[in-house]
Amino acid sequence: MNFLATHFNYIVVVILLMAGLFLVFSSGNLIKRMIGLAMFQTSAGLFYISLGKVSGGTAAIAVERGSAEAQALAAQVDPAYAAQRGFEGVIYSNPLPHALILTAIVVGVATLAVGLAIAVRIREAFGSVETSDIEVLSRVEATQPGPQA
Amino acid sequence: MITLPASINASLMLDIVLLVMLLVVAGAIVRTRSLLAAIILFSIYSLISAVWLVVMDAPDVAFTEAVVGAGISTIVLLGAILLTRGETEKPDWRKLIAPALICASVGGLLIYAAMGLPELGDPASPANAHVGRAYLQRTASDIGVPNMVTAVLASYRGLDTLGETAVIFAAGIGVALMLGFGPRSSLAPPPAQLGDHHVTLRVAAKMLIPLIALFALYVQFHGDLGAGGGFQAGVIMSVAIILHALVFGLRETMAAIPPRVARSIASLGVLIYAGVGIVCMINGGAFLDYDYLFPPEIEAQIPGWILGDDAHAPHWGQHAGILGIEIGVLLTVTATMVTVFYGFAGRTVDDARREARR
Repeated sequence: MNFLATHFNYIVVVILLMAGLFLVFSSGNLIKRMIGLAMFQTSAGLFYISLGKVSGGTAAIAVERGSAEAQALAAQVDPAYAAQRGFEGVIYSNPLPHALILTAIVVGVATLAVGLAIAVRIREAFGSVETSDIEVLSRVEATQPGPQA
Repeated sequence: MITLPASINASLMLDIVLLVMLLVVAGAIVRTRSLLAAIILFSIYSLISAVWLVVMDAPDVAFTEAVVGAGISTIVLLGAILLTRGETEKPDWRKLIAPALICASVGGLLIYAAMGLPELGDPASPANAHVGRAYLQRTASDIGVPNMVTAVLASYRGLDTLGETAVIFAAGIGVALMLGFGPRSSLAPPPAQLGDHHVTLRVAAKMLIPLIALFALYVQFHGDLGAGGGFQAGVIMSVAIILHALVFGLRETMAAIPPRVARSIASLGVLIYAGVGIVCMINGGAFLDYDYLFPPEIEAQIPGWILGDDAHAPHWGQHAGILGIEIGVLLTVTATMVTVFYGFAGRTVDDARREARR
């Protein structure tokens, strides 16, 4: 039970990742696939942020030493825990995963837009974004001689 | 077992509740056949993960996720489904067996691997103990900005961020190439034909747009001190422009900000970012090493009071460098999001008309 509490985040992230992957594999609709891919991406971000969490920590925005705010934050930390881990004063969470995921989210929406633009062009060429329709139509086109042939 | 303070247990409870909500929403996205419902649910998914990110001490990321996931991606996805039927085909259950088996086995393996991970919040885990800890300890003396996420993003890992800005620019150009560059003749009916039934919307939008733009600038220039920065500010700024287009029509917005100008601004942002790096090289440092942004003789003349504190004077180059590249990021992100929106919105109307003529 204790293991479930300490590793709950990782288990949920894996299930969310697999939900996204399942959408990408199983859905015939290209737009639904892109939603699955975006879900996969967001969930991978959640995993990184989980890894960067530090118990008793706060956001990685420095509080001035000795200020009332810093004293209030430091007072919330259990002294035994801080002494055991060698912490002094305010504890901050790890800023590195935050910086990585922040940019990844914005890059993610840009790539999502590219994928959707391809889906829009496919819709214009075949009249559908369902892979089953596209397969049938491209087979029909392959059997008919094109204008250049 | 370490005894944790009571506040940790409370945040762990919040963490579990929010993750269960995420699971429920994800299940609903997988089950629904309506594309509109899936998109709105995905927006909710992003919003819940933004709340969860605040619980995980990541306000900067939460900010980005709320603006991008719940805002821009929803708009882009809605723009894309305007062209398609609103429902997916009913799946044949036999075709779902293989994907379900693959996902279950991969998921099982990953959960098995996750059992070896350090427990949540372990300060001694490899991710937190080495480079992450070093950034925390050295930001104050190296960079001198309070927001350590900005310090890592813009200064320590400035080269990564330059690459990511370039990727965003490239994606925007890719969308513009696929969906068309300029405005079309048959975009929208002129405003005179619209009638006056959107008057409430227009008045509200006129009040909101300047406030949204002002907030974007606040987020931009407050990024050193608190949660915020060029990425978030850029997306918020583009939301102001997209709101203008939604209420006043795409034609009006394209008259105010022509697509050609938007594309030029996107490339200008990347150029400003890279230019800051090259100025550092000219002055004898490495690429994007802001300590060399100003030649020493100029830096000596900058009075400390500009930054409000003499203690910050040694980091004048870092402050100016971060400010410079964040402006580059702001311009690229804003202009790219606007270009993408122009691509989808312009295409949809044109396509629908051509379809109707057939």
